[in-house]
Amino acid sequence: MLLRLEPRQTSSKWMQYATPLIAAALTVITGVILFTALGRDPFLALYTFFVRPLTSVYGIGEWAIKATPLLLCAVGLSVGFRGNVWNIGAEGQLTMGAICGGGVALAFWGNEGIWLLPLMLIAGAAGGLAWGAIPAILKNRFNANEILTSLMLTYVAIQFLGYLVHGPWRDPDGFNFPETRLFNDYGLMPVLVEGTRLHAGVILAVIVTIIVWIFMSRTFQGFKVQVAGQAPAAAAYAGYSQKGVVLLSFLVSGALAGLAGISEVSGTIGQLQPVVSPGYGFAAIIVAFLGRLHPFGIVLASLLMSLMYLGGESLQINLNLPLAVTGVFQGLLLFFVLGSEVLVRYRIKLTATPKEA
Amino acid sequence: MSTSQLELKGITKQYPGVLANDAIDLAILPGEVHALLGENGAGKSTLVKIIYGVVRADAGEILWNGAPVHIANPSQARALGIGMVFQHFNLFDTLTVAENISLGIDEAHDLKVLTSEIEEISERYGLPINPHQHVHALSVGERQRVEIIRCLVQDPKVLIMDEPTSVLTPQEVEKLFETLQRLSSEGCSILYISHKLEEIQVLCDSATVLRGGKVTAHCTPREETPKSLAEMMIGSELPVCKRDGRALEGETQLSLHGLAIPSPDPHGTDLNGIDLTVRKGEVLGIAGVAGNGQKELLAAINGELISPRSDMIRIDGEGVATVSPARRRARGLAFVPEERLGRGAVPEMSLANNALLTSYQHEMVSPQGFIDFGHMRDYATRIRKNFDVRSDGIDAEAKSLSGGNLQKFIIGREIMLEPKILVLGHPTWGVDVGAATIIHQAIIDLASRGASVLVVSEDLDELFEICDSIAVISEGRLSPVRPTSETNVEEIGRWMSGQFADATQEVHHAAPA
Repeated sequence: MLLRLEPRQTSSKWMQYATPLIAAALTVITGVILFTALGRDPFLALYTFFVRPLTSVYGIGEWAIKATPLLLCAVGLSVGFRGNVWNIGAEGQLTMGAICGGGVALAFWGNEGIWLLPLMLIAGAAGGLAWGAIPAILKNRFNANEILTSLMLTYVAIQFLGYLVHGPWRDPDGFNFPETRLFNDYGLMPVLVEGTRLHAGVILAVIVTIIVWIFMSRTFQGFKVQVAGQAPAAAAYAGYSQKGVVLLSFLVSGALAGLAGISEVSGTIGQLQPVVSPGYGFAAIIVAFLGRLHPFGIVLASLLMSLMYLGGESLQINLNLPLAVTGVFQGLLLFFVLGSEVLVRYRIKLTATPKEA
Repeated sequence: MSTSQLELKGITKQYPGVLANDAIDLAILPGEVHALLGENGAGKSTLVKIIYGVVRADAGEILWNGAPVHIANPSQARALGIGMVFQHFNLFDTLTVAENISLGIDEAHDLKVLTSEIEEISERYGLPINPHQHVHALSVGERQRVEIIRCLVQDPKVLIMDEPTSVLTPQEVEKLFETLQRLSSEGCSILYISHKLEEIQVLCDSATVLRGGKVTAHCTPREETPKSLAEMMIGSELPVCKRDGRALEGETQLSLHGLAIPSPDPHGTDLNGIDLTVRKGEVLGIAGVAGNGQKELLAAINGELISPRSDMIRIDGEGVATVSPARRRARGLAFVPEERLGRGAVPEMSLANNALLTSYQHEMVSPQGFIDFGHMRDYATRIRKNFDVRSDGIDAEAKSLSGGNLQKFIIGREIMLEPKILVLGHPTWGVDVGAATIIHQAIIDLASRGASVLVVSEDLDELFEICDSIAVISEGRLSPVRPTSETNVEEIGRWMSGQFADATQEVHHAAPA
């Protein structure tokens, strides 16, 4: 017997919306099995993972804070993914955004004003945009695979940040810790709710999401990106520039990842450290697909992913489970999303082994 | 009457949303050439796939020499004595003829014995081929011979031919018919699938006509007229296209000057110094056997393939051969590509969005770059109405339309832009007779409004019907251009096999450089 995938004639619209929910449900069920196998009470563990982080105002603030960089990165990536352009290096563009925006804060240290934060945001977005432009140019010029180049550039950016905070940008009064100076108040995102760390970055993320939604659904440029993604030959036939789509996708996703980086640094960390992101740029790839590459789906997906980060910490603190649980859950979720996606489009058929070679 | 070689009784096949075959009865006598006639989507392909064991029927039975049989897969079909020559060949370019034929045989066999068998069959049935030649070096007609020989070495009782002449020159068609008649005289039945009515009248003893998955008639083609056959196929009076005899004195709007481009495809054909001019109001046809540079020529004119020198292609006398398709469109060029799904239309987008695909320069996008959805939907609605596009509204996905309806939509979209120049690749390939007439009429009407039209097609009937002048492309070169009234199928057919060197000199003075 052989298993064969056979395309379905009609893919149900209803199922397309249901797949993320089914995938989430399967992830939870697998979680129950997993925790039981680890000898923990599965329901306490799930409660600790998914519910407990949200039982305080502070917790809800944290939830939104962690969703912010995910949302910014994933919304940007979704533009490229719709256009069949594979930017895997949002983490690097995020890091570069943090470096450039943080660099502005440090350059004007002791010489600040109300203009500082906007300038940092612009510098952060520009840094991510420039870092994103490199794989786009390499692809357009030399047909270099953007998946590889954007991924490799991520590690370059992370190493560069490490060099800066260990070397030239290290806080002179910081007892040799690999950190920069703390940014001045003018270089920090205003806090929105007293008693939490919820900062203005979240508003920025929501505005950006709406702009991207309008861009993709209402503008001709957005339409071109979608045509290029769905039918490259049709795009060439109609005279849309494939290279233009590649460049645009990388500039948008790079700039938004850079914005995520500087928003994270100026909103939650307050300085540059060797590590500014626990992998938001990579998790955003999952978020983008979980949200079905639609800006509003991505809002929900980034909230779920953010909860997974909090849940992992909560399990570590309360039940003494390793933080790696977060990674396991992310992996499970992506696996189930992609798996159910396939099953919506294809059906599995059992066929007899063919006799002829 | 003797027992049928092959008989189908009540064959029914349901696909999701389509009843492809509805209780089909069909009987083929030994040695008979039987035509299976029908428009695209009538269910011909499904039916032969059932006979050849590729698809399983939901209901009905197949009788072989009067006894019921069950055909689960193609190798069982071959074991029974059913051979099939597909429209698209399944040959390995890097293997020799004999090796390719050997791959199609299920039982153990010796390649040397097979080679001599191939030589014998090739001799006996007038299918000249060298068994030691590699397939990549063969012409399309020769490849088809390999496919036929591949069936014949298995000594079939029934041979299924799926649209075999669509890739052949008229002379090659004649050769093929001789072979088929020879086979039938020796007792091999032939199931011949086609929508070319003249061929069926020449070749076939009897015919089964399908429409919408049902048998609408059994008839003897020689006792019918092409018109009556066509009406059985489409189920109504055949519309005719009208044209006025107009004088061609307008200025040249599109011209090619020594267009020479190497093909980007290693198996493609390089364009080799093509000159032509299309005047205002003229419909110029380019005939030719598939794979002689048509694809490259069309891509070069549209701009998907960029030429080495700007003045090789001129619109209103100005060189455009190095600018993008968008810039050429801005100058009044419109283009209908040979592939519909994936190039002419985005399969998973709605018709409304597909209307926007090429009409974006026509007030459908605001200066700020926003799509004017009202305008776009209105345009799609008008295309649908004017060109009788049958679809589930303008929000239906392009891939849900039948080939003919999608083609009407694409051609409608391009024609309603009122282009100065319209270039079409195989405009009615695989399109049913009714839709083809609508398309032909729309092309002629556009030309009478002053457009220059260039049609590339393999269908000579089509070219002779709608074109004012005709040329032939062969191995990337263009033959002289002749007014349609001063040439005929024989001459064009001869040119299709590349023999136009003499004619080039003879009419050289007539063709402006």
